[in-house]
Amino acid sequence: MSEPRPHGSTAVTAPAGTATEPALLEIEDLTSSYGPVRALDGVSLSAQAGRITAVLGANGAGKTTLLRTISGLVRCSSGRVVLGGEDITSAPVEAMVGKGMAHVPEGRGVIAELTVDENLRVGSLFRGKIGRDEFDRIYDLFPRIAERRDSPAHVLSGGERQMLVVGRALLAKPRILLLDEPSLGLAPRIVAQIFGLLRQLVDNEGLSVLLVEQNARSALSVADVGVVLNLGRVVVTDSARALMGDEDLRHAYLGF
Amino acid sequence: MQYFINVTLTGLTEGMVYAAFALALVLIWRSTRIVNFAQGSMAAATTFIALALIQNGQSYWIALIVALASGFVLGAVVERVVIRPVEGGPELNAVIVALGLFVAIQAAIAIIFGSSFQSFPTPFGLEGFQVGDNRIALTPTSVYVIGAVLVVMGLLVALFRFTRVGLAMRASAFGQEVARLLGVKVGRMLTLGWALAAVVGSLAGLLIAGGEFVYPAYMDSLIVFGFVAAILGGLDSPVGAIVGGLVLGLALSYVSGYIERGSALVNVAALVILMVVLLVRPGGIFASSTARRA
Repeated sequence: MSEPRPHGSTAVTAPAGTATEPALLEIEDLTSSYGPVRALDGVSLSAQAGRITAVLGANGAGKTTLLRTISGLVRCSSGRVVLGGEDITSAPVEAMVGKGMAHVPEGRGVIAELTVDENLRVGSLFRGKIGRDEFDRIYDLFPRIAERRDSPAHVLSGGERQMLVVGRALLAKPRILLLDEPSLGLAPRIVAQIFGLLRQLVDNEGLSVLLVEQNARSALSVADVGVVLNLGRVVVTDSARALMGDEDLRHAYLGF
Repeated sequence: MQYFINVTLTGLTEGMVYAAFALALVLIWRSTRIVNFAQGSMAAATTFIALALIQNGQSYWIALIVALASGFVLGAVVERVVIRPVEGGPELNAVIVALGLFVAIQAAIAIIFGSSFQSFPTPFGLEGFQVGDNRIALTPTSVYVIGAVLVVMGLLVALFRFTRVGLAMRASAFGQEVARLLGVKVGRMLTLGWALAAVVGSLAGLLIAGGEFVYPAYMDSLIVFGFVAAILGGLDSPVGAIVGGLVLGLALSYVSGYIERGSALVNVAALVILMVVLLVRPGGIFASSTARRA
């Protein structure tokens, strides 16, 4: 795992193939369709270890499909997904978390009928018995859900739900966290709080994040690298700072 | 007063069996969104397996254990072989398949075990306990029925509440996709859910058969009652199924006990209750669906 890089560095990720060290997650020429509609059209990108990679683009650009194809919920028609050197393109969905990939789906995926604590425990099931201290650590990260650990998860607010699912994914001890629109429907203050925490985990604990966001401004403020997706294709890959500075690109694809 | 107590006791005993059967329906409904119309036939099949063992000289208890075990296997096989291929398709497909299975298993029972009426034994007496000068309608058999259902329900609650498998099963039932993303082997959990439901259904079949006559279609009325009880409870809620079963058992017992020639009205009464519930509280008494959508 590479040394975490301070946020805001301008270095651009080298294109796949010429990188001196392979990326943690490599997506190669991924294509997938919903019936006749081609949602991903030869998408290639890489997510480096210890970085936040943000995939941006308008509604319908294929962002969610990208994550769902990576984790196997949608089967790709061609292309490869390589995690830490292992080809996981056709691995079953259930096996992904064991391989070190935790996918927090769109709409957060809180299991409303279970309590907060039970939701967390589901995230650790595949690891067998784990110590109570690991749960306590998650509750320390998110004190707001700690207060409600025995409440059914459906009483949580949107922000608390997002904290719960991120905490649940962290309990799986992933090498890379796949987050689908975590900012959706949340107040800017909560978004900043959650993104700030992600940044901390990446910088201090070597977590890697592949973040899909429609809210490009917030995402670029926290990410190291941005990938702009449009109609199922990658338009540009660059450092977050460079994307922020490119006014034409922002107007054309990112809507700010 | 004594008559009222007797009618109530009869209702509670019957209600316990309805509750068990409704619970079996609910277990399957909440995990796979299928009303398992074949539940009754499956239970009848395992009851006939028990009867065959008893007729060959085995004890009731061995027959009971074998029947519940074969219920477990039957439930798992049905889910894997028959239901799995139609899951995820149009909802009607699974319903039609379950109905087809209901007919097919009943026919298979008739072919293998014959379609005549055969008496099914009970390990306990059928004569009511003596209280003071009166005999009440609570018999050793009804105590056994109530006790057996309570024990099984207690075991199920413990499984779902306190074990990792139980948590995985609940996660699979309520959030299939999320559970898979978190590494839960959802397919296995659904199979296990069907298997456990078939065990509970089989228990209901065995209990209702005790001291009565059985024939391939003897579970048909229990399917209706179990279904009404499950709807009363909201179809989603195990607690609702149990309360629904008891309420229905009492209601039907009062109908047959207090209305002239009421026993002929029992089936009609069950359907009237079903209609009233669907009209007044379509989500059932314990509907958790509002919470689910929140």
